[in-house]
Amino acid sequence: MNTALLPMFAGVPLAVAGLLAVITPRGWLRTALFLGPSALGLAASSYLLWLTRDGEVYSHNVALWADGISIPFVVDTFSALMLWTTALLVLVCSGFAVAVRDHMQPFFPALVLVLYAGVSGALLTGDLFNLFVFIEVMLLPSYGLLAMLGALGRLRAGRIYVTVNLLTSTIFLAGVALVYGAAGTVHIGELAGQASESPMVAVGMGVIILALSIKAAVVPVHGWLARTYPRASPAVTALFSGLHTKVAIYAIYRLYAMVFDGDSTYLWIGIVAFCATMLIGVMGAVGEDTTRSILVFHMISQIGYILLGVALFTEIGLMAGIFYLIHHMIVKASLFLSTGAIEHTHGTGALDRLGGIAKREPLLGLVFMGAALSLAGLPPFSGFVAKLTLVIGAVDAQQWAAAIIMIVVSLITLMSMLKIWGGVFWGKAPDTDAVHEPSDESGSVATAVAPPKIRAGLLLPGLILTATTLCIGLGAQVLLSLSAEAAQGLLDTSAYIEAVLG
Amino acid sequence: MTLAVTIAIMVAGGVYLMLQRGMVRIVLGLLLVGHAANLLLMSAGGIFRRDQPLLGINPPDWAADPLPQAFVLTAIVIAFSIVIYMLTLAASGSDDDTEDAS
Repeated sequence: MNTALLPMFAGVPLAVAGLLAVITPRGWLRTALFLGPSALGLAASSYLLWLTRDGEVYSHNVALWADGISIPFVVDTFSALMLWTTALLVLVCSGFAVAVRDHMQPFFPALVLVLYAGVSGALLTGDLFNLFVFIEVMLLPSYGLLAMLGALGRLRAGRIYVTVNLLTSTIFLAGVALVYGAAGTVHIGELAGQASESPMVAVGMGVIILALSIKAAVVPVHGWLARTYPRASPAVTALFSGLHTKVAIYAIYRLYAMVFDGDSTYLWIGIVAFCATMLIGVMGAVGEDTTRSILVFHMISQIGYILLGVALFTEIGLMAGIFYLIHHMIVKASLFLSTGAIEHTHGTGALDRLGGIAKREPLLGLVFMGAALSLAGLPPFSGFVAKLTLVIGAVDAQQWAAAIIMIVVSLITLMSMLKIWGGVFWGKAPDTDAVHEPSDESGSVATAVAPPKIRAGLLLPGLILTATTLCIGLGAQVLLSLSAEAAQGLLDTSAYIEAVLG
Repeated sequence: MTLAVTIAIMVAGGVYLMLQRGMVRIVLGLLLVGHAANLLLMSAGGIFRRDQPLLGINPPDWAADPLPQAFVLTAIVIAFSIVIYMLTLAASGSDDDTEDAS
């Protein structure tokens, strides 16, 4: 493979974003340029996944500087998997944005593409400072997207979001400074194993991991997420939920494996924090009364599950965590998109103002139910395999408390999903609609105010993702073996180090 | 030592401002903390070596480490753009200050 093409994962979307900002086409060209880069990225990352399926690592030194001095772009099984899922999510969420005409907003396509470029770059880079830069590239368009579209109060949400993220980035930067001061390098390949040898490097890396934990919304630093995400537009929430926190999770996995070398001294901190995240996230969801705020709290709870994989740091734990990460990105976006379709059509996501959707929209009901059951962890969806392997991993590492918490949290998750189901999909449309909707006898007026139908274009994105989670659940072996390969790459980092340092 | 004290004072002031009401003070607080982080990055390269890092002109022992300086330059640009955006957010939308609310 020509490794010089690796930086193109960030380069192509950036170039197209620049083009879109300058020529601002309307019509089909706008849509094509908007969807093109992520479609291309999906094809390219499928090829990368094929190349790295046996644990090969490819690396490219940007600008051909010598090994150790340059900024490397590295791809192994883990990053290829993440790249593939990212491209899929960006493509599907962009499709949803096209269906709700969000993409006609000035600069919306350009901002989404810059976001995509930032995520791809953050997944590929092998340098701590470059990781900081790419996370900023990912966040800057997000600030705009959050404040541009969405519900009332989005500017207030934008203030919280920008403030928290700028503070977090500053903490990250301070961590990079400490690591550079202690180790004299920020090259992840050269830092390999140093934090387990030198406590000074470990402190610096600890600051970096703290910053990443804030970005991943780990309890007790999760408050910003639940206050900002429900305020964005549905397509944007789906995109953010799939990408932002997940990049931070990816970075935590990568850095703990590389720089700490999986040091077991600090793992108990992770186990405690991530179990708390699972519990508190799911409890938070119980008190919420709109679809998206419930889903956002579940996201926090699921982040605990995903990160538990790295806190176990056994082969099966890491494999389960990576599988869970991929599963979660797809399922969560599917849920946000199908509730987004309801919100777009009916103008609200409040549980007490909706009802009876399942009767009117059986297909949407099916799409939502599939994703909700997958989130709760019922077979035959991917969530079942993800939770089962993770519980096995926890039992295997003799973390009984973690295993029990996981199962209890699953039950509460199912309850919450049933709450959305009961409030939105079952029952009757509430009285507020009935006032405007006269009974059948009065004839002519009824047709004019009949409840709107959800368009096929709004259904399709959620349907694709729910079908994907069903396929992953039925053919779990494919993703499991890829996750196992990715976990192997984290346990034995020699291939990665050899690829970046030559 | 001077540098460490400076960083400490800037962080303290920044945190104090960030905990205030009103977006503009929060922005100023973030600016202070951001500058403290930049100073920390500078100090990570060693503050006693201050000559130009040009081979053949200065002995490498006394040349400053150019890498943290490049980091700081990048960080300043990023923080600057975000601060401008935050000031825009502070000026648009409703007033968040709850002091007068009763």
